[in-house]
Amino acid sequence: MTEAYQALKQEADRRWQTLAQGERSWIRVGTAICGRSVGAVEVIYALQEELRRARPERISAVVSPVGCLGLCYAEPIVDIKLPGGPRVLYRNVSPERVPALVEAALVKGEVLSDLVLGTLDGKIEGVPEMTDLAPWRMQTRVALRNAGHIDPHDILQYIANGGYEALDKALSGMTPQQVAQEVTTSGLRGRGGAFFPTGTKWGFLTGSRGPIKYILCNCEEGDPGAYNDKGILESDPNTVIEGIILAGYATGASNGIVFIRHGNEGPISRTGRAIAQAYEMGLLGKNILGSGFSFDIEVSLVGESYVSGEETALMEAIEGKRAMPRARPPFPAAVGVWGKPSNINNVKTLAYVPEVIRKGGQWFSAIGVNRSKGTAILCLSGHIAHRGMYEVALGITLRDVMEKLGGGIPDGRKVKILQTGGPLGGVLSADKLDTPVDFEAMAAAGAILGSGGIIYGDETVCAVDLTRNLIAFCQFESCGKCFPCRLGMTHLLDIIERIRSGQGRRDDLDLMRRYGETMQAGSMCGHGQLGFNPVRSALTFFMEDFRVHLEEGRCPTGSCQQMVANPTRTRPGPEAYTVIAHPYGARG
Amino acid sequence: MSTQDIATLRQRTQGALEAHRKAARTVTVLSCLLAAHDALGYLPQEAIEEVARSTDHTINDVWGVASFYTNFRFTSPGEHTVEVCWGPTCHLVGAMNVLQAVQEALGLQGEGETADGRISLKYNTCLGACSQAPVIRSDEHVLGGMTPARALALLASLRHKQT
Ligand SMILES: Cc1cc2nc3c(=O)[nH]c(=O)nc-3n(C[C@H](O)[C@H](O)[C@H](O)COP(=O)(O)O)c2cc1C
Ligand code: SF4
Ligand code: FES
Repeated sequence: MTEAYQALKQEADRRWQTLAQGERSWIRVGTAICGRSVGAVEVIYALQEELRRARPERISAVVSPVGCLGLCYAEPIVDIKLPGGPRVLYRNVSPERVPALVEAALVKGEVLSDLVLGTLDGKIEGVPEMTDLAPWRMQTRVALRNAGHIDPHDILQYIANGGYEALDKALSGMTPQQVAQEVTTSGLRGRGGAFFPTGTKWGFLTGSRGPIKYILCNCEEGDPGAYNDKGILESDPNTVIEGIILAGYATGASNGIVFIRHGNEGPISRTGRAIAQAYEMGLLGKNILGSGFSFDIEVSLVGESYVSGEETALMEAIEGKRAMPRARPPFPAAVGVWGKPSNINNVKTLAYVPEVIRKGGQWFSAIGVNRSKGTAILCLSGHIAHRGMYEVALGITLRDVMEKLGGGIPDGRKVKILQTGGPLGGVLSADKLDTPVDFEAMAAAGAILGSGGIIYGDETVCAVDLTRNLIAFCQFESCGKCFPCRLGMTHLLDIIERIRSGQGRRDDLDLMRRYGETMQAGSMCGHGQLGFNPVRSALTFFMEDFRVHLEEGRCPTGSCQQMVANPTRTRPGPEAYTVIAHPYGARG
Repeated sequence: MSTQDIATLRQRTQGALEAHRKAARTVTVLSCLLAAHDALGYLPQEAIEEVARSTDHTINDVWGVASFYTNFRFTSPGEHTVEVCWGPTCHLVGAMNVLQAVQEALGLQGEGETADGRISLKYNTCLGACSQAPVIRSDEHVLGGMTPARALALLASLRHKQT
């Protein structure tokens, strides 16, 4: 252990002891986007107000914002720990219920039974333990180990919980080759969608020489239905920062860039703050922890563009241009951002790295199955009871994910459709529920695990309507650089809209397949190559829905009668040009 | 627009770009456009020209970047902006009912500004709070668990809010 780290750790431990084992109560409130969007900030204000009213001499408490515990369905979650007692989690707390909660939990020292979710780190008679609840018990939290437990604004809380221990271990006793070897041994594969082995990818960058080399961290996360990248950055940005520094050390890189979509205030501000604190503590910048290794990290923001998440488009966006993919070769490891060798990894991939180094590659590879090592970070949304973000060992079946982790489909309905891995991933039917969550098995079943989003649709959902939505997304987001994708998506959307409205023609399905083949063969990047997946998979699993539309001219569930959102810029027409005023106007 | 207004737009853009240059490690056409858009709420021709000047790019290049990203707008927005998510999760759990109620209340057929110019309606592909779908963004606040009734109450409160 370096002396510099030892000093940091001591200070961090001391502060953590005061918080977690001190004389005062500690109240933690989930303030990731899932909590904020249902009133967590208002709950914090109400708590502060109520504590002030109850007078500090009677109740002495610290209120901290924390990240996402993963149980989004229970947000806003308030986690109250009295001195010497266990943590008691309360669910769906509204500002109106705060006075009663403060009175019961803090003044009287009781449990407010109608809001209580469970206890952590101890038991209270008559209250369930969190470990009794399936969505908690079934998880193996590696990347999410701190999410919802620590204040993401305070790097010392991360350090007190084992943070930067891996970096210290690497810098004080491991060669870059040894760090890279641990990652290779772990069997870690990229979680951005393609599942490319991370150790191998790092090896490409190691092989490229140059004074400036980049580690890029991809948090574009444009996939609707996925929020785990933003969730990690909001809940525990330091694990990603530490992962990036370790990747830099292993590959001989000099700079890191965290790439986030503009407008996501939580991830942006918390990551920015974590970086600033890491500089202050000597964990970034010149001569990190006195080791002689130097590394810099900055945040790069991008406008709204789904394709900017593609690795070469991302480099264009960092350089401030239109986010259109580059032709390969040259590959990023040779010529990347600003013409310098670069390595791109997803947020989740990098978030695992500190634990892989701290506990060893062998430890990580013991989690999971087959070639799918480690965990999957799943985002469950749509028609599912326990909507949330869960980290589970790979290999769990989709059925267990839905029934146990997700608590099943609400309102006594049956599941009909699963949309996995983002819009380019496609859909699955209920008879595929025995598929294990494993990269290869999911692909064999006809879907992809992708970014980890699973959207559930019950019997009231029409596959044609959902497919139209997915294709409308793909069409809207096509960057337009190559015609098979740009025109193919537009044609696909026209056809599926025709079918949706009961005006489909007999050869429409064949026509779509032909467009799909051309797109797959002729598109420059994954967007066009995979863009037919939603239609292909829907035709495989939900032919009946298409048949009813085509032959009977009606929608089996009625979903297709509702309106749709048609973004202004979807199809260039006269209106689109009036929005973008002529660039060479009189004043130009 | 008067010469005065145009001068103000230029000055405000210049101020935003100066502040951005001080704060940022890397300055690009895109980062300047984001800074200008944050400050003005849209990108008028003057902002494009100022970004071109400060980054040493042609006006044409800057327009090329600005017209690519779907968050940029080129006409002045209403006092408040309401964004409705039409992503698949929101779609499945009732976003279209919310959108329909919002459009009817605002007297709009699609994206755009209300007749009195007070509220802008925009669509979004995913606001990142899918676990709380349907989701709306009202100015900078992301709000989950939307219903037509809650959306209408939100619009009413925006109408009464002064900026
Ligand atoms: C259209 C398109 C969009 C993508 N969007 C993302 C994204 O938002 N986040 C991400 O990590 N990877 C995205 N990818 C995948 C990246 O190109 C790249 O494979 C990934 O970031 C590599 O990281 P990994 O090796 O850690 O998986 C996208 C790919 C395509 C074709
Ligand atoms: S496939 Fe689509 S998104 Fe990819 S480069 Fe071509 S037009 Fe752009
Ligand atoms: S799909 Fe609506 S917030 Fe993600």
